[in-house]
Amino acid sequence: MDRSPGSPLAIYIHWPFCLSKCPYCDFNSHVAESMDHARWRAALLAELDHFAAELEGRTVGSVFFGGGTPSLMEPETVAALIAAAGRSWRLAEDVEITLEANPTSVEAGRFGELAAAGVTRLSLGVQSFDDRALAFLGRGHSAGEARAAIDLARSHFPRFSFDLIYALAGQTETAWRKELVSALELAGDHLSLYQLTIEPGTPFFRQDMAVAAEDTAADLYAITRETTEKAGLPAYEVSNHARPGGESRHNLAYWRGGDYLGLGPGAHGRLTFKEEGATHALHQISTPARWLDAVERRGHGTAKRRALEAETRREEILMMGLLLTAGLGRKRFRDLTGRGLEDCLDRAGLRRMVEGGFVEVDERGIRATREGMLRLNGVLAALLASATGRPG
Amino acid sequence: MTDLSHIRNFAIIAHIDHGKSTLADRLIQVCGGLTRREMKEQVLDTMDIERERGITIKAQTVRLNYTAKDGVTYQLNLVDTPGHVDFAYEVSRSLASCEGSLLVVDASQGVEAQTLANVYQAIDANHEIVPVLNKIDLPAAEPERISRQIEEVIGIDAGGALAISAKTGEGIEAVLEALVERLPPPAGDGDAPLKALLVDSWYDPYLGVMVLVRVKDGVLKKGMKVRMMAGGTTHQVEQVGVFTPKPVRVDQLGPGEMGYITAAIKTVAETNVGDTITDEKRRAARALPGFKPSQPVVFCSLFPTDSSDFDNLRESLARLRLNDSSFHFEAETSAALGFGFRCGFLGLLHLEIIQERLEREFGLDLITTAPSVIYKIHQIDGSEITLHNPADMPDPVKIASIDEPWIKATIMVPDEYLGAILSICTERRGEQVELTYAGNRAMAVYRLPLNEVVFDFYDRLKSVSKGYASFDYEIDDYRQGNLTKVSILVNNEPVDALSFVTHANHAESRGRAICERLKKLIPRQMFKIPIQAAIGGKVVARETISAMRKDVTAKCYGGDVSRKRKLLDKQKKGKKKMRQFGRVEIPQSAFIAALRMDDD
Ligand SMILES: Nc1nc2c(ncn2[C@@H]2O[C@H](COP(=O)(O)OP(=O)(O)O)[C@@H](O)[C@H]2O)c(=O)[nH]1
Ligand SMILES: C[S@@+](CC[C@H](N)C(=O)[O-])C[C@H]1O[C@@H](n2cnc3c(N)ncnc32)[C@H](O)[C@@H]1O
Ligand code: SF4
Ligand SMILES: [Mg+2]
Repeated sequence: MDRSPGSPLAIYIHWPFCLSKCPYCDFNSHVAESMDHARWRAALLAELDHFAAELEGRTVGSVFFGGGTPSLMEPETVAALIAAAGRSWRLAEDVEITLEANPTSVEAGRFGELAAAGVTRLSLGVQSFDDRALAFLGRGHSAGEARAAIDLARSHFPRFSFDLIYALAGQTETAWRKELVSALELAGDHLSLYQLTIEPGTPFFRQDMAVAAEDTAADLYAITRETTEKAGLPAYEVSNHARPGGESRHNLAYWRGGDYLGLGPGAHGRLTFKEEGATHALHQISTPARWLDAVERRGHGTAKRRALEAETRREEILMMGLLLTAGLGRKRFRDLTGRGLEDCLDRAGLRRMVEGGFVEVDERGIRATREGMLRLNGVLAALLASATGRPG
Repeated sequence: MTDLSHIRNFAIIAHIDHGKSTLADRLIQVCGGLTRREMKEQVLDTMDIERERGITIKAQTVRLNYTAKDGVTYQLNLVDTPGHVDFAYEVSRSLASCEGSLLVVDASQGVEAQTLANVYQAIDANHEIVPVLNKIDLPAAEPERISRQIEEVIGIDAGGALAISAKTGEGIEAVLEALVERLPPPAGDGDAPLKALLVDSWYDPYLGVMVLVRVKDGVLKKGMKVRMMAGGTTHQVEQVGVFTPKPVRVDQLGPGEMGYITAAIKTVAETNVGDTITDEKRRAARALPGFKPSQPVVFCSLFPTDSSDFDNLRESLARLRLNDSSFHFEAETSAALGFGFRCGFLGLLHLEIIQERLEREFGLDLITTAPSVIYKIHQIDGSEITLHNPADMPDPVKIASIDEPWIKATIMVPDEYLGAILSICTERRGEQVELTYAGNRAMAVYRLPLNEVVFDFYDRLKSVSKGYASFDYEIDDYRQGNLTKVSILVNNEPVDALSFVTHANHAESRGRAICERLKKLIPRQMFKIPIQAAIGGKVVARETISAMRKDVTAKCYGGDVSRKRKLLDKQKKGKKKMRQFGRVEIPQSAFIAALRMDDD
């Protein structure tokens, strides 16, 4: 498996618009009054073109249309972008092309066209199978619509996943078990199960909205891990579950230190240039109108681009790698950074984490245990306490 | 040389806020010491802290020229004494430099604790005392009643008490006349070898150390080589002067006169209050009586909240010591609080003043540990040690007995709060010496262990009496006590900064209180954390902070690594303020909060 830096390339395309703004959401998403689809299509294509030359010769392993609500894109836009990617780069034989969709009936009506445009995997924002929870979360769809959208996704796409949000204040173990049973009955090869977080800047934050208490959240997490594992969709990341082989190839690129190109407002990218021996971090302009304007004026909407310092890069690889159940492989870490794993970890912190049963280290690599996964912020803080090794 | 019979030296003694500074202002004004433009309020309180808190830290003198009704111009030397018990020794030296005192009592308030403490010192110094009833312009003033109170409570004749208003100036002339008529002139021999009392000293950024003196015998002149009789050092006198209150150079100071000298002295540590200054060429045979080196009685540790301020703290302490040799400091390391200093002070107010000046004048943010007193520990092997840091306490099995300092406290309080005050004293192991009622105020005299007083005693008095209780104390003696050191252990490791010495009867409850407090303050960690209070090896109280169960940001941000980064950076930053206790890290802020919280 050739996963040497820089290849294959994952492409993320951000669509920053939604029909309404959910009160918990801090993603770069906006409600637009009107939408000039042709202009947005042209701009996204222009930005893709801009990077084509620089990234010439790469192979694309995945494309991900994220949002916002990319199921609101015109299918022609999706088709045009996929085609453009195919013209600019070689698409891997098994290229994974995911699109995030909201399960309202309007959007579900487009699934056929989206599949025809080249989307191979749908990621549905179901969030809950309980209408009351959906209302609380400010969602524009019912549980019934969500089930219908799942059925449609199953019939149109080779692979599909859906998202649920749990650990709401007052949610009981019994209620969540029930939802999990529904989810597992309806699941394709992948499930994303997120505990609700209250993000600064959101209405929930301003209302000081409660979430499940720490102990309950921990119990619900344990139930989730057990139940999904029994059902054959174990967690392969903190919140992501898949049947073997059903993992999101695109997300794995993030978690395994792969290269990704981010297109569209607020998209992030990491691009490694072997000749230069550096990974560049890119960030596109977040505000949709300003991004659009920049692309139309100069062909790209990059707000910031910098070569990551070696130490920063190592920390990122560790932070992302430890999100995976499989953890971070020694060989992979060395391939990516040229350094040994232990050289880059705080020794005392590592010892404490191992003794405490939060981390395992062996000849294969390092990984968080189930208990460690639940407290990953603390684990990372301990492991990365001192600078990750001498500058190098 | 001024004729001795034309000199009067006097102090003003008063409880805080009874009008000492205002009266001094008026006297200076009437005698023309300052022009109207130069006159600002409370001219003698030069430091910000002195002005704000209304306490005088350094003694000062002012020479006033007053032409009395008898037609003679007198030299009146006013000595402003430090007004607090912490500086009792400094006060006694100031008083030793005069022959009489104005006892200022607020005619609307009456006698307070500090009035008593100060007046007894003046009586000890053989002063002629002139009672002055101030603030008679106030409607609530009751000069007759207060003058009776002075006779009853203090036991001096208040028949000749002067009723004045320092604010309006009413009665000021009478005060000046009384000084001339009633105070004895100083005695002294201008031909005898020089003998001058070192009243106080301070550091002046332009002139170096300025030494305040009262000449008893002989003459002090510029160019003379003088010797400090106790200090053993010699200095060339550079300047001789008096304060009017502006410093004004004079040729010499003769017997009975007060003023200052400078002599290229670098630090005040070379000048001991109470020392006798003599002529190196013609030394006095005997020093003036009563010299006593200053000794700290209360200790605490000071740590910078931000460890990078350590050097700054050291320099600031050194700068303060330039001007105040009565406090001591030495470097100290604490597992919980990092690098800091163990400091000794003359008392609680002194401690507070130094702490406040460090924070205000030097911009330091400080952590202060609970104050401790000096214990005398008799060990089984017959040796004796003095200890001011509970962290240094020997193993209990080695200790035969422990002595602790006691104080004699005088508390004045309106009747209605007396009950509450007495129960605080009892709770703090107090022994009643005396209880007197004067009008609707009561005076309670108690003997109390100092270690019970250093711990928020004064705050408690104030709070149960709605601020009306006044309190003063003097150091009494050492007594054996059933004392024990309580260690606080976090994750089985002792937190030196929280350990304390207390009476055995209080050990368990106080230890438990700290454990409970810490439990509330320390956030959950990756591991569970036992918190214990222990005496020797025996745990007397225990709390447990359960381990954190979930701490993960589960949400998926796609390729936006910066979100996760920020969290990590925040944690890393917080880590700098963490202290390692075995495998757990405790935020320093928890210890700081534990130290700052009031005991209850
Ligand atoms: N009404 C009135 N107030 C006075 C008089 N003397 C002083 N004060 C006020 O009492 C307060 C305390 O006076 P101060 O001289 O600072 O007292 P000290 O603490 O003894 O030096 C100040 O607010 C003064 O203005 C007086 O004769 N009459
Ligand atoms: C990019 S978002 C939105 C995708 C799509 N627009 C939707 O809402 O269905 C991807 C997922 O993140 C999850 N998510 C968003 N905000 C969240 C929050 N505050 N707490 C937990 N999960 C959240 C939701 O499950 C959501 O489906
Ligand atoms: S959760 Fe999804 S639909 Fe809701 S505002 Fe965010 S991106 Fe839009
Ligand atoms: Mg004053």
